Amino acid sequence: MDSSGWQLFLDSFWPIVWGGLGGTIPLALASFAIGIVLALVVALMRISKNRVLSGVARFYVSVIRGTPLLVQLFVIFYGMPAVGIVLDPWPSAIIAFSLNVGGYAAEIIRAAILSVPKGQWEAGYTIGMSSGTTLRRIILPQAARVSVPPLSNTFISLVKDTSLASLILVTELFRVSEEIAAFSQEFMLIYLEAALIYWLFCLVLSSGQSALERRLDRYVAV
Amino acid sequence: MSPSEFEQDPTRSDAAGRRPAAGDPLAPGATPDDAVLLTARGIRKSFGENEVLRSIDLEVRRGEVVVLIGPSGSGKTTVLRSLNGLETPDSGVLDFDGGPELDFAAGITKQGRVAMRDRSAMVFQQHNLFPHMTVLENVIEGPVRVQRVPRARAIADAEALLERVGLSDKRDAYPFALSGGQQQRVGIVRALALRPDLLLFDEPTSALDPELVGEVLKVIKELADEGWTMVVVTHELGFARQVADEVLFMDGGVVVERGAPKDIFTNPAEERTRRFLDRILRPLD
Repeated sequence: MDSSGWQLFLDSFWPIVWGGLGGTIPLALASFAIGIVLALVVALMRISKNRVLSGVARFYVSVIRGTPLLVQLFVIFYGMPAVGIVLDPWPSAIIAFSLNVGGYAAEIIRAAILSVPKGQWEAGYTIGMSSGTTLRRIILPQAARVSVPPLSNTFISLVKDTSLASLILVTELFRVSEEIAAFSQEFMLIYLEAALIYWLFCLVLSSGQSALERRLDRYVAV
Repeated sequence: MSPSEFEQDPTRSDAAGRRPAAGDPLAPGATPDDAVLLTARGIRKSFGENEVLRSIDLEVRRGEVVVLIGPSGSGKTTVLRSLNGLETPDSGVLDFDGGPELDFAAGITKQGRVAMRDRSAMVFQQHNLFPHMTVLENVIEGPVRVQRVPRARAIADAEALLERVGLSDKRDAYPFALSGGQQQRVGIVRALALRPDLLLFDEPTSALDPELVGEVLKVIKELADEGWTMVVVTHELGFARQVADEVLFMDGGVVVERGAPKDIFTNPAEERTRRFLDRILRPLD
């Protein structure tokens, strides 16, 4: 790399990182938090014996998983104004990503809940707990442990998928990179730099996952 | 029993349906012997086409130990689970002294099931301890979360119970760090901490290594000697003989024969009982 290339790399490093800290990460965190709550509700609906509830949940998961995220994003941002709902880029992105995480994480949470042995429910019942209390106190803490690795996967995918929000005008890591690349015409350099910075973010998140797993594993033999 | 008699009944339950704790952590509340605690009449249950219980009658008096024996698939465990609301019979009546009285043919309400569960506590074959809680947390979970016992009192009570079964030093251990026998003793303490009127044991030693069976049976025997009312499903016939006041032999969803242990084990009236005992006691003949 010649010295002007190196200089461009250094000059653009912090603007791109700031695009990540101010755009990518808050977008991913907000969408993930909302998405997980949604996913828990959908997972419980799918497990429920009520056919209407489980049918609705099944349909939702099927639609989310069966359509491209980019299309979901465009329907919400560019499509909804046609029916009189006009949303700014940020709310549009958060809604689309939350719905997407909700669909994928619902299956993870459902599987994690079902992986807890039936005897744990019965033990909750025999000490007098309702099914709601048993779920909250006994089942979900154990399901959480099982679901951390796959949910971390979902989160890391989400961090990278937020780059799609650049296409609906959200200022995040990738959009900042695009602007610098267009201005400098150094596409290779700037997009590799963007890739590097995504990777650094994901390394930090992965170490967070490991710490969380260690904490949740304290009650199992290793 | 009329409401006024109920008021004067010295054995009556407290508001939560349980008797107040006595000084000795393992001792059940003082009750006159022979008072009937539980009557079950005509309990029937099918799983799909498979009829597992065909009209079971059962009476348990306070302080009595009733042991259910019989081959696998005979319905003993289903009887036990029905008493704790883990199975719902298709028909029949369960009548606990002091309530509730449940008629399964008419369907039972959530409140009815809750009231029934309040009267008994189950010790499972696979202990079913909560793996994400320490021994102490396992034991106080029911008293603190469900019965709203003040935490400090629940802890003191749990510590006394753990001491009685020799597990004081395991108070802060997680279940995975215990042996099978220790896990099952914690399972028993978890049930005891609820101060139930009735303890239910579902093959409590069947999942244990042979050398660990004794320590668990010893605890159950002590509880029986101290006057706890219990219904026990077991394959340990020697233990059944020592601890039981009444033995029920079940086969094919019916009670084939019932009586005092010495009669059932030495001089069974029914051919089916005799064949079952022979198979277990002399498997090679």
